[in-house]
Amino acid sequence: MDISNYIYLSALLFTIGAIGVVVRRNAIVVFMCVELMLNAANLAFVTFARVYGNLDGQVASFFTMVVAACEVVVGLAIIVTIYRSRRSASVDDASLLKR
Amino acid sequence: MANLALEVGRTLQPEAILFWILAPLAVVSALGMLFVKKAVHSALLLAWVMVTLAIFYIAQDALFLGIVQIVVYTGAVMMLFLFILMLVGVDSSDSLVENIRGQRPASIAAAIGLGGLIISLISRANIGVETIGLQDANSMGNVQGLAQQLFTNYVWAFEVVSALLITAALGAMVLAHSTSTKSRTAQRDQSIARFRGASLATAAGLPSSGVFARHNAVDVPALLPDGSPAPTSISATLEARGDMLSSKPFELEAKEVEED
Repeated sequence: MDISNYIYLSALLFTIGAIGVVVRRNAIVVFMCVELMLNAANLAFVTFARVYGNLDGQVASFFTMVVAACEVVVGLAIIVTIYRSRRSASVDDASLLKR
Repeated sequence: MANLALEVGRTLQPEAILFWILAPLAVVSALGMLFVKKAVHSALLLAWVMVTLAIFYIAQDALFLGIVQIVVYTGAVMMLFLFILMLVGVDSSDSLVENIRGQRPASIAAAIGLGGLIISLISRANIGVETIGLQDANSMGNVQGLAQQLFTNYVWAFEVVSALLITAALGAMVLAHSTSTKSRTAQRDQSIARFRGASLATAAGLPSSGVFARHNAVDVPALLPDGSPAPTSISATLEARGDMLSSKPFELEAKEVEED
């Protein structure tokens, strides 16, 4: 098996995550799809670290994980705040600017 | 995928078997995330994708990242997701009314175009390096190698990330904090309410459940001194569920009492 298959898998998962972000309405599911995209990028980082034979890619992947954790914390707090005032976690309901 | 340009090296047979078993499973569960109705199922499928990726990390000599992936992602992040799902409402499903007409097909087409672009780009890319592997970089151990990188070349990024973490924690606290509009009733207020109320019947508290000495359970009403059951001694929830036993069989017979 070629090592580039990992990169293809990463691209595929990234695309699936992107589809989820634009198609799903539930804010939490949208968020999970963003997580999937970040994970896919991490897989590419780890694979390239192996290809180039140094650990820089793994360090980048490590930082991605930290940033993803921060993003989840703040994002979920925002979702909870919106849910508290609007009783809905659907991204379509937050369309106040349109009207 | 034989004639692709990105020839970076080949893996050993066991890793190939691992990949061809786990990669389709990961893709299928990632696709499942898009199609399942309930957000909880989505979360479980994502947890599986993350576990698969952790196995891939370990297979690619990134032992530390694999463990961190399981501990941080499937352990902490997914549990946080499930926690918020339970808070926001598990049964909240997607609305089927489209706010922007034609948004769904257009966005699917755009995303598939993005995927096609990335994959075709990868297949035509040429990085000109044969896979070196991490045997040298991991010679001291993966964790030690990562630590050396982290505290020498990336120490500034590491410090910035610590600031980011503190900011995120503070931000979450500020966002999740809510000031209550009325003060909570303290024990003193409850006591005053009991004694200043219309009747003093419950001033000493409600009777506890169970029929003492004959039967003792929370689903049986207590017996009052005159032998009648006390309905207030049962939790309203049990009563509403119908999980309440009659205290009739546990009443002492009047004759028996007289003999004593």
